[in-house]
Amino acid sequence: MRELIGTLLIGITLGSIYSLMALALVLVWRSTRVINFAQAGQAILTTYIAYEIINRTGVFWLAILFAVVAGALLGAGIEYFLMRTLFRHADEGPVAAIAPVIATLGLLGIIRSVVGMIWGNEFRSIAPPVSTTGFVFNGQPLPFSMLNLVVIIGAAIVMIIFSFIFQKTDLGLSLRASAFQPEIARLAGIRVGPIRTIGWVFAGAAGAFAGVLVTPNDILSPNSLDVLLVFGFVAAVIGGLESLPGAVVGGLALGIGVALITNYISTVLVFPSVFIVLILSLILRPNGLIGSKRVRIA
Amino acid sequence: MSSLLVSNLTVDHGAIRALSNVSFEVKQGEITAIIGANGAGKTTLLRTLSGLKSPSNGTVTWRERNILNKKPEDLVRRGISHVSEGKSVIPELSVHENLLMGGLWRRNRSDTNKAIAEAVELFPRLGERMEQSANTLSGGERQMLAIGRALVSRPKLLLLDEPSLGLAPLIIEQIFTVVQRLRKDMGMTVVLVEQNAVSALAVADTGVILNLGELIAAGDARYILADPALKSAYLGF
Amino acid sequence: MHKLSTKKAFIAYALFGWALVLVADRVSELRVYQGATIAILTLAIASIILLTGYSGQVSLGHGAFLAIGAYGAAIAQSYWGSPFWFTFLIAILVSAAFGFILGFAAGRLSGPYIAGTTLALAVGLPTLANQFAFLGGETGLVYDAGSPPARFGEEFTLYKWFFWIAALVVLISIFLLRNLLNSRFGRNWKALRANPTAAALAGVNVASSKILAFTISAGVAGLAGALLGMISIVAPSAFPLSLSFTIITGAVLAGVTSLLGSMLGAVVLVVVPEIADAIAHRLGDSEKISTNLPGFIVSALLILTVLFSPNGPAEAMRKRREAHAKH
Repeated sequence: MRELIGTLLIGITLGSIYSLMALALVLVWRSTRVINFAQAGQAILTTYIAYEIINRTGVFWLAILFAVVAGALLGAGIEYFLMRTLFRHADEGPVAAIAPVIATLGLLGIIRSVVGMIWGNEFRSIAPPVSTTGFVFNGQPLPFSMLNLVVIIGAAIVMIIFSFIFQKTDLGLSLRASAFQPEIARLAGIRVGPIRTIGWVFAGAAGAFAGVLVTPNDILSPNSLDVLLVFGFVAAVIGGLESLPGAVVGGLALGIGVALITNYISTVLVFPSVFIVLILSLILRPNGLIGSKRVRIA
Repeated sequence: MSSLLVSNLTVDHGAIRALSNVSFEVKQGEITAIIGANGAGKTTLLRTLSGLKSPSNGTVTWRERNILNKKPEDLVRRGISHVSEGKSVIPELSVHENLLMGGLWRRNRSDTNKAIAEAVELFPRLGERMEQSANTLSGGERQMLAIGRALVSRPKLLLLDEPSLGLAPLIIEQIFTVVQRLRKDMGMTVVLVEQNAVSALAVADTGVILNLGELIAAGDARYILADPALKSAYLGF
Repeated sequence: MHKLSTKKAFIAYALFGWALVLVADRVSELRVYQGATIAILTLAIASIILLTGYSGQVSLGHGAFLAIGAYGAAIAQSYWGSPFWFTFLIAILVSAAFGFILGFAAGRLSGPYIAGTTLALAVGLPTLANQFAFLGGETGLVYDAGSPPARFGEEFTLYKWFFWIAALVVLISIFLLRNLLNSRFGRNWKALRANPTAAALAGVNVASSKILAFTISAGVAGLAGALLGMISIVAPSAFPLSLSFTIITGAVLAGVTSLLGSMLGAVVLVVVPEIADAIAHRLGDSEKISTNLPGFIVSALLILTVLFSPNGPAEAMRKRREAHAKH
């Protein structure tokens, strides 16, 4: 029983991080119909920025703030300078249809190599801001620490904020309308261009937040967030790609699934288990876990 | 006094010439029906007027200011609202949210709420379904919602693309009645594109007949309706 | 691009192959190894051109199929004692079988979902090998091309042997692919990529056509994987996620509809690290720069290509010619 609880807690922690990344991907997908693979690159860059801030000031929370702001600015910059240019040159042809996605792949490579050129490829680490020793429950330590709790709370706060913005504010309505039917939104007077940029800003901030939260327990290197990108993407796909709550549920489901499999079956089966969870969800719930009316045929 | 002046408008879709040297005027406070068979260029005309399409040649002025090659979002702020053909409603949003959409640019919630109330007064069925998702609406209700959304922007020029498409005669009558009220009570200028030529001409002041991108005739709606020679032009045979 | 008749093309390919043999005799070991790599990448890129350029489907994890082919071949050799040339057939068949399954799934899922699945596959599959002893774990399986036949003489190195095998296999495969793409199947794929509804009305069975494309593409990729396993190793580390991205990059650089371009793409992918090394030397031999510069240049090329001629330089030039012709 205790093992199950411990495993579930780990799963929720992992899941919260996946959810954040999935949120970032779904935000951009919903507002621009692009899968932003560069999200991993943006997040690694902002995490290195956080690393520098911590080294200079030792204040973790300041570092997160800087990283989130940097993430927002970077997201805006990419949308404005790269994505808009791409859509302007919109062509037909097989690659042209997925050109933005390929472009984000290229951007990922560029950002990663630039990060490597500036900081080098060796492994670094960020000191965790709070304790990483497990809480003690009934005299036995759980595999769940203060850091994990902070991660869960942080992710939850971000999701609540986004939820509020999207469902209860005019900005959120503009974002949703622009994502569902950009032409109708324009005819209604919504400035779809700037709204899209805001979508990327939010995504960039969310991704930056996730990157900084996940690193203290782990290593920091130019490639260290690639795994998070894949997991976040799979989580988004499980959640259905069409809804923000779906991203959250998908992330949590993936996190718990991975934790259960790696604990009860084998610790090194992480990647295959991700694949299994993905396949199961595509088979069992082809409409995504939140079961929207739209089926996954574009 | 003319409000919308179209001169020598030519619009191409790639290699296809959709509109060819079209000129006509729309008088302020009147309903102008644009009729013609399929492929006549009616939808292209509206999309050019609302900024979704760029013309190859010609000028269009609304109240003496050019409206060509402008972004639709900007034209909405100048008082031009376009209800496009087919779907002008976002099914994933609620009825209320669809209506709100029309007023977001205004950034004044109380004005928008007033405009929504006016729209609901014209289309009471919307009021009954405010919190429902728009995809639960029938075809006729969706059309009402689309027009309602456009009205929330408080347009001076309303562009309607085939509002009667696929709707039952009773609903069509309701919608056309509302269009007449808009003209009568609010002095709105309406450009009404229709394949249902007879109904459109019956409510309109002026009629414009297009065929294969060219202007065939323009003039008083009653005369056009009465003229047997023109009937074949807009019926297409 | 004028289409040569099959017979003329055959002669052209044969001549090209002979030229390669002559060149291989005269260059260093490194170049020969690079030549083999170029051949393999060409084949892998060609599989993407078939899948994406012709049938319009996207796979972000094609490296998985390379891995499957390599492992299939290695298992056939190590456990069933298959003769070496036969293992290539196994590689193709095993990969094609997986491709069939995935193609079937692709029919029910749209773009991003199939992209996600192939991505997860590319990430998950090689690590699966770590788990099972019969798959060789981290060190991988033995996959042996054997030594060059004695009659080639003492001077005939192992790498030259690799190059000969790779070049021969790839030349034959590309030739066959070319014929396939010029045939009714190729035309069907192009039609359904451009407009599936119209194609269906014209009698193309869209679903089975797409599955066929996936199957063949996977088979070709599996063959490339076996070759890759031959010149390097059949182990998880030889099939990282970056392999999949490299192949896609090569395909985009090549011009995703041009089979000829696939060799161009492969050459670029192999040559760029060389150039990058040279630049890095000039810039002061920093290790940070030299390890990362190749990736930077390739990614930058990718973005520029996608921005300015997403369907490849050949398409862009054709468009410009057409635009001039109009005026």
